Amino acid sequence: MTPMERVLTALSHQEPDRVPMFLLLTMHGAKELGISIQEYFSKAGNVVEGQLRLQKKYHSDCFYPFFYAPLETEAFGGKTFYSEDGPPNSGLPIIRDIEKITHLEAPKIKESKMLHKVLVAIEELKKEAKNEIPIIGVTMSPFSLPVLQLGFEKYFEVMFFRKDLFDKLMQVNEAFCIEWANAQLAAGATAICYFDPVSSSTIIPREKYLETGFQVAKRTISQIKGATATHFASGNCLPIADLIAQTGTAAVGVSSKENLANLKETCRGKLSIIGNLNGIEMRRWTPEQAASNVREAIQIAAPGGGFILSDNHGEIPFSVSDEILKTISETVLTYGKYPILSK
Amino acid sequence: MEIPDKYSDELEQALLMLDRNQAEKIVMDTLKLGPPAEIAGKLLSKTLQNIGEAWVEGRIALSQEYMSSIICEELIDKILPPASPQRISQPPMAIAVFEDYHLLGKRIVLSALRASGFELLDLGGGLTADQLVEIIHHEKIEILLLSVLMLPSAIRVKELKKKLNGTNTKLIVGGAPFRFDEELWKEVGADAFGKDSSEAIEIVTKMVEEMR
Repeated sequence: MTPMERVLTALSHQEPDRVPMFLLLTMHGAKELGISIQEYFSKAGNVVEGQLRLQKKYHSDCFYPFFYAPLETEAFGGKTFYSEDGPPNSGLPIIRDIEKITHLEAPKIKESKMLHKVLVAIEELKKEAKNEIPIIGVTMSPFSLPVLQLGFEKYFEVMFFRKDLFDKLMQVNEAFCIEWANAQLAAGATAICYFDPVSSSTIIPREKYLETGFQVAKRTISQIKGATATHFASGNCLPIADLIAQTGTAAVGVSSKENLANLKETCRGKLSIIGNLNGIEMRRWTPEQAASNVREAIQIAAPGGGFILSDNHGEIPFSVSDEILKTISETVLTYGKYPILSK
Repeated sequence: MEIPDKYSDELEQALLMLDRNQAEKIVMDTLKLGPPAEIAGKLLSKTLQNIGEAWVEGRIALSQEYMSSIICEELIDKILPPASPQRISQPPMAIAVFEDYHLLGKRIVLSALRASGFELLDLGGGLTADQLVEIIHHEKIEILLLSVLMLPSAIRVKELKKKLNGTNTKLIVGGAPFRFDEELWKEVGADAFGKDSSEAIEIVTKMVEEMR
């Protein structure tokens, strides 16, 4: 099977030839090219070359041309700070006075140089992928983007006490998110990863999700012209799994903090599971621990399909060694062949 | 002085429902049972610890813990003003976000500690190791609570700790990297790690007692 066939089969809740693996590597491309993280993300060509080398090296079943989280707030006028050993980080929130939300406008995708770079990277990867390797585009959900736009505290104030401003903010962010996701699909992305950590049950209770993040996700995902996977970036989602399935998304990125067997049981036939290796612990795993954790996840969640092995955050930390990545990959290639006996 | 469990249970319910008025009524009712400092330690602190534990166990969400801490902080300022002798007799303490501007975790812990009767210097976010060392020396900080979101920053706490060698400053760390890898705080040489605000209260209480 090609990676595309393997992934599509798994997402249809059937068993492919082996468990698909999404090694969601972003910064490791800079390591492959021997350049700094800042230089790496300065050119679309670097990211294309990085993704090609990483896919060849680790046999990941996707290309992942995600640059970094603050990219979208850059389009809104925010600043990004680079680090030598970690993901680029956002500076102070762009909206200091919540009343200014009233005048907030969505930026034009075409006018952002950074967003344009991502689209170029997707277009170039599409030429290489030849419909055999899925390309995963990324968008921050309209509901989670405000953490970078306002900061968490002000966002909670808006979410809980200022429905007028919350509605206006969602209106702007939804328009932006839909346009951004569809631009990536038009450039050649196969599917969109809809990052929505604020909707996770770690951050807001189910009742609040039902009246906010759930409604936003339903409206937004229905207008994205392609398949989506919803990722909670290490946040819990078991208490809202039934609702996530109703947003129209095909898969869910799950946390290592939740019981994988319970997640599998709850999502079976409704949502495919992406996860759940602990990316933070991964940096100090021995190869034996890495192999053991991969085997355990496969044994629990892979039988019957509907499972893609991945990390639990949507980005593997820069400090995770090549040796561990290699072990994860080799374990999936050997131990992940179907049929797999249930645990 | 004993405060019946029903007060803590009722206060917890009021806080989780974001009912400021009911929470204030319960706290004001308990003032007839003892002095404000004890109410802070035995009612507000205990209630916030229960709420913190509930978040760690996944029974409530972070937004509920955050709102509860903020309401309790407002209440404590009413019954135990910042300049009260019970607060300023404690060893100098500070709280900061290391290297970035994700301030929520710090805010929750700060509010929970203040609601428990502690007074802390809020150093804000985006601070480097050198900036922190300078502030620690200048303010004679004995307990520093450090909130960290990014893994590389968590690993660099080790450099901060090295720069603090030779001082008596105790370093308590918290934040997502430490929660997802519970060995990390030892690796970076921190003196303690708090999973959430309830553990931060426990650790600070114990450290303050040991320093007396």
